[in-house]
Amino acid sequence: MIPLEIVDPVAATGLFSYAWLMIALPALGALVLLAFGRFVDRAGPYLAVATITGSFVIAVALFMQLLAAPVENRAVGVHLYTWFGTGSWQVDVGLLVDQLSILFALLITCVGGLIHVYSLGYMAHDERMRRFFGYLNLFVAAMLTLVLADNYLVLFVGWEGVGLASYLLIGFWQHKPSAAAAAKKAFVMNRVGDLGMVLAISAMLAQFGSSAFVDVNHGAANLAGPWPMVIGLLLLLGACGKSAQVPLQAWLLDAMEGPTPVSALIHAATMVTAGVYLVVRSHTIFDLSPEARLAVVIVGTVTLLAGAWIGCSKDDIKKVLAGSTMSQIGYMMLAAGLGPAGYAFAIFHLLTHGAFKANMFLGAGSVMHGMNDDVDMRHYGGLWKYLPVTFWTFACGYLAIIGFPLTSGYFSKDHIIEAAFGESALVGTLALLGAGVTAFYMTRLMLMTFGGGKRWLDGVHPHESPAVMTVPLVVLAVLSIGAGAVMNWWIQDWLEPAAGNHPHEVELLPTPIGWLTMLVVAGGIGIGWLVFGRKPVPAVAPAGNAITVAGRNELYGNAVNDVLVANPVMVLSRGAVATDAKGVDGFVHLVSTAISGFSVEGRKAQTGYVRTYAVTMVLGVLVVGAVLILGLAA
Amino acid sequence: MTAVIEWRAVAPVLLVLIAAVLGILVEAVVPVVHRFFAQVFLTVASIVAAAAFLVANWRKGIGGPVVMGSMMLDGPTYFIWGSLLVFGLAAILVFAERELNGGVSTFAASAATVPGSRAEAEASAARLEHTEVFPLALFALGGMMVFPASADLITMFVALEVFSLPLYLMCGMARRRRLLSQEAALKYFLLGAFSSAFFLFGVALLYGYAGSFELSAIATAVQNPTMGHGILVAGMALVGVGLLFKVSVVPFHNWTPDVYMGAPTPVTGFMAICTKLAAVGATMRVFYVALGGERWSWQPLLAVLVVATMVVGAVWGLTQTDIKRTLAYSSIAHAGFIMTAVVGASAGTVTSPLDSVASVMFYLVVYGLASVGAFAVITLVRTQSGEANAIASWSGLARKSPLLAGIFALFMLSFTGIPLTGGFIGKWAVFAAAWRGGYDWLVIAAVLLSLVAAVFYMRIIVVMFFGEPADGVVVGRASAFTWLPIAVAALGVAVLGVFPGPVLDLATLAGTFIR
Repeated sequence: MIPLEIVDPVAATGLFSYAWLMIALPALGALVLLAFGRFVDRAGPYLAVATITGSFVIAVALFMQLLAAPVENRAVGVHLYTWFGTGSWQVDVGLLVDQLSILFALLITCVGGLIHVYSLGYMAHDERMRRFFGYLNLFVAAMLTLVLADNYLVLFVGWEGVGLASYLLIGFWQHKPSAAAAAKKAFVMNRVGDLGMVLAISAMLAQFGSSAFVDVNHGAANLAGPWPMVIGLLLLLGACGKSAQVPLQAWLLDAMEGPTPVSALIHAATMVTAGVYLVVRSHTIFDLSPEARLAVVIVGTVTLLAGAWIGCSKDDIKKVLAGSTMSQIGYMMLAAGLGPAGYAFAIFHLLTHGAFKANMFLGAGSVMHGMNDDVDMRHYGGLWKYLPVTFWTFACGYLAIIGFPLTSGYFSKDHIIEAAFGESALVGTLALLGAGVTAFYMTRLMLMTFGGGKRWLDGVHPHESPAVMTVPLVVLAVLSIGAGAVMNWWIQDWLEPAAGNHPHEVELLPTPIGWLTMLVVAGGIGIGWLVFGRKPVPAVAPAGNAITVAGRNELYGNAVNDVLVANPVMVLSRGAVATDAKGVDGFVHLVSTAISGFSVEGRKAQTGYVRTYAVTMVLGVLVVGAVLILGLAA
Repeated sequence: MTAVIEWRAVAPVLLVLIAAVLGILVEAVVPVVHRFFAQVFLTVASIVAAAAFLVANWRKGIGGPVVMGSMMLDGPTYFIWGSLLVFGLAAILVFAERELNGGVSTFAASAATVPGSRAEAEASAARLEHTEVFPLALFALGGMMVFPASADLITMFVALEVFSLPLYLMCGMARRRRLLSQEAALKYFLLGAFSSAFFLFGVALLYGYAGSFELSAIATAVQNPTMGHGILVAGMALVGVGLLFKVSVVPFHNWTPDVYMGAPTPVTGFMAICTKLAAVGATMRVFYVALGGERWSWQPLLAVLVVATMVVGAVWGLTQTDIKRTLAYSSIAHAGFIMTAVVGASAGTVTSPLDSVASVMFYLVVYGLASVGAFAVITLVRTQSGEANAIASWSGLARKSPLLAGIFALFMLSFTGIPLTGGFIGKWAVFAAAWRGGYDWLVIAAVLLSLVAAVFYMRIIVVMFFGEPADGVVVGRASAFTWLPIAVAALGVAVLGVFPGPVLDLATLAGTFIR
C-alpha cells in the first residue's frame, strides 16, 4: 500500500478564524430558547431558523474559500483555547476545516436548515414547539462540534452532545411511554458504543500522548504490534453504536417514536452517519490494519442486508425508512472498510443519502400530517392524487435510493458495489443483492402508500401540507436527483488529501457491474410490482412466512440484547439485593426474633445489623491478612 | 526539651479548633435568642480566617515538619486543607437553614429526649434548638485537617478520634425520623470504634517493627529492615483496615448506606465529602510516605478491594429506592474510582506531570462539589412531614422546579462522568494515573463499572424529568444558606468541566508528599 501523505493544517486566517461561529450560533440559539422559557415562545422557532441559516451562510463562505485555495492550503486549523492541560500534557480545543469536514458542515446546515423550516409547519400545533426548536439547535451545535473538532476528545464532546439531543428528541413526546422507553434504549445502547470510543481515545493518548488528529496521523505509522487493530476495532464499536450497525442496531427502529423531522435530521441524514465519518476520519489507523478494515466490511455488509430485510416486512412507513437507513449506512460502512478504494465513495453516498433520505422522511411526515398521524401503510393507498407535491418529491427520493440512472443514488451506490467487487466477489454479490432488495421494499412502500385503492380509516381526509413544508421537500427532491451528477467527477479528487488517494477513475457509462446492478434493481422493482401492484393490498397484515415474521420482529435484535445483556445484569443486581435481603437480613431477623418481642421496626432498628457488619469487617481483615500472607509466602 | 510550635503555620487548624471551644462558651453565656446567630457567625468567620491564613502561608512558602515533627505541612496538606475549609463551609452553611422547617433547624429540639416521649414533644413545642452542632462540626473539621497532615501515627490516631466522635453525635441529631437517626449514630459509633481498634493495633505492630511512630522512620525501617517482615505486613494490614473503613472501601463499607440514610441530610453532605477528603488524604500519606517501599505487597491487595468496592457501589446502587441510600452507594463506588489512582501510584513525568496524588485531589474536589450540592438539594424536596427521600417521590420534579431538577441532573451527570462536567475530567485524571501506574486492567474494570453506575444516575434523571409528578411533594422555600452552596457547587461543576486547567495545575503543584 502506498503510504499516505499526511496533510498538516495551516493556521487559520481571515474568515476561517470565525469558523467557531458556525457552532456558536446554534448553541446560542439553544441557550436562548431553553433558558428564557415562555418569553421566547413566539419568536423562538424563528430565531432557531435564523441561527442555522447563519451557520449555513458561514459554511458556504468557507467552502468557497477552500475551493479557491491551492490544494495544500485546504486544511485549516483554528485553535480556540486549551481545554485542560498541565505542563506539556494538554488537550487543545480547536477546529479543523478541511475538505471532509466542510462537506459535513454543508450537509448539516443545509439539510438541517430545511428541516428547521419544515418543522415550522409540522410542529405548528405542538404547545412545546419552542422547546423542540431549542433541542434541534442544540443538536446542530453538537453535530457541528463533532465534525469540525480537530481532535478526538473534542469530537467526543460533540459525540455525546448529539447523543443527548437525540435522547431528548426521541423522547420529545414523553407522555407516550413508548417514546420514553425508546429514548432510554437509544441512550443506553449508545453508551455501549461510547465505551468503545472512550477506550479508543484512551489508547490513543497512551500510544501517541495526544488525541489531536495531527498527532494521531503522524504517530500511526509508528504503532507497534496489535495497536492499530485494537484502536480500529474500538473505534468501530463506537461507530456501530452511533450509526446503528449490527450488533448495536436495535435502537434505531424504536427511535422512530420521535417527531418525523427528528427522524429525518438525526436518524437519517446526519447523526447516524457520524460512525462513517469517524472511520473515514481515522483512516490512518484503518489503513494499517487489514483486520480492522475487514471487521468494518463485515459489519457494513451484514447491516446492509439486515436493514433491507427489516425494511421489506414492516408496515409502519417510518420503520421501513429506518430499516432502509440502516441498510444504506451499511453500504457506507462497507465502502469505508474497503480502505482508500472506498473512503471517497462512503462520503459521497453519505451526502447523497443525506439528501434523498431526509427528503423521503419529510415526505413520510407530510403523508402522516395528512393522515391524522397514522403511520400504518396498510391504511394508506391512492394518495398520489391527494398529495401531489409530496408524491412527486417522494418519487424523486425513490428513484435516487434505488439507483435509477443519473439520479444521485445511481452514482454513489454503484461506485460502492463496484468497489466491493474489487475487494471480493462475495462482498460484491451481497452488496448487489442488497441493491435488489432495496428496490423491492421501496417499490412496496411507494405502491402501498401512493398507489392502489384507498384503504383509509374513517374520518381521514388526506390533504397536501402547507408551503412551509412542501418547499423544503422540493429543494431536497432537486438535490436527490441532481447532487450525484454534480459531485461524481469531483469528489474523489476533492477528498484525496483528507481521505486518502483513490485508485480508480469514474466513468459516465456503466461498467459491466453497473449494467448488472441495473438488472438486479429492475428485478427488485418487478417483484415488488408483482406482489403489491397487481392486486389490492390487504388492510390487515397477513400472517406472513417465517422470513417476514423475522423481519417484522427486527430479526430478533431485541431478544438477543435481552438474553445477552439486559437479563444477566438484572439477575446480578437482583441477586445482590436478594443476598442482602434474604441472607444478611434473614440471619439478623432470626437472631432478633429469638431475643425478644420488639416490634418489626424495632428489630430492624435495634439489633443484629451492627454485628453482621462487624463480622463482615472481621472477615475482611482475615481476607486481607490471608492475601498478604500468601503474598509473603510467594 | 522545650515545645516548639510554629503558630503561624498551624494557624488554620488552631483557628477552627479555638472557634469550636469558643462555641461551647457561647452555649454557656450567650442568651438563647442570639445564640444561633452567634454560632453561625463564629463558624463562618473562623473558617474564612483559617482559609485566609492558609493562602497567606502558601504564598509565603511556609512548609515542612511542624509542631515538633508531628505534622507535615506539604503540598497535599495545603490542598486538602483548602478543600476541607471550602467544602466544610459550604456544608455547614446548610446546617444553618431554618426557613424549611418553619423557623427551626433540621436538628432535634433536644437530642437527649426519648423519641416519641412527652419530653420530646415539650422540647419541640418550646422550639428549642441544638446550636451545639456548629462547634461539633468545627471540632470535626479541625480533626479532619490534622488527620491527613499527621506525620506520625499517634497524631493520626488522635485526629481520627477527634473528627469521628463529633460525627457520631451529629448523626443522631435529626429532628425527624429520630429512631433511624439514632440507630445510624449508634451503628457508626460501634463500627467506628471497632475500626479504631484495628487501626490502633496496627499502629502498635508498626511501632514494634520500626521502633518509632513517625512515618519517615517507618519508611526508613522498610528500606533497612531490622525486624521480621511478617510484623510489618500485619501492621500494614490493620492500619489499612482502619483507614479504608473511613474511605468506605469494601468490605469495610457496611456502615455507609445506613449512616448516610439515617443522619440528618446536612450532616450526610458534610460527611460525604469532608470525611472522604481527610480519609483519602491520610490513606495516601500512610501508604505512600511510610509504606511506599512496600508497595509491591499492598498494591495487588488494594486493587482487588477496589474492584470489589466498585462492584458493590455500582451494582447494589442500581436497585435502591431511597435517594440518600443511592448516593451512599454512589459514594462507595466513587471511593473505588478514587482508589484506582491510589493503587496505580504513578509518579508524574515531564510529559504528563499529573501524578496519582494530584489526580486524586482533583477528583475529590469535583466529587465534593457535586456531593455538597446534591445533598443540599435533597433537603429541599419535601412532603408535609419532612424530606421526601423515596426516589418515587422525586418523580416529575422537573415540572415542579425545572431549575432544581436541572441542577440535580447536572450533579448526576458529573457523578456519571459525562464530558463538559467536572466529573469527566476527574475520572479522566484518576484513570490516566492508574493506567500509567501499570494497572490498565483496573482502569478497564473501572470504566465498565462506571457504565453500570451511570444507569442509576440516569434513572434518577429519568424519574425527575419523565415521571408523573408525585402527589404531596413540594420544593421547600429555603434561604440563601441552602441556595448559596447549591449555586456555587453547580457553577463549580460546570466550570471545572470546561476550564479545569487552573485547579489541575494547582493540584499538580501541590502533588508531592514530603517525607
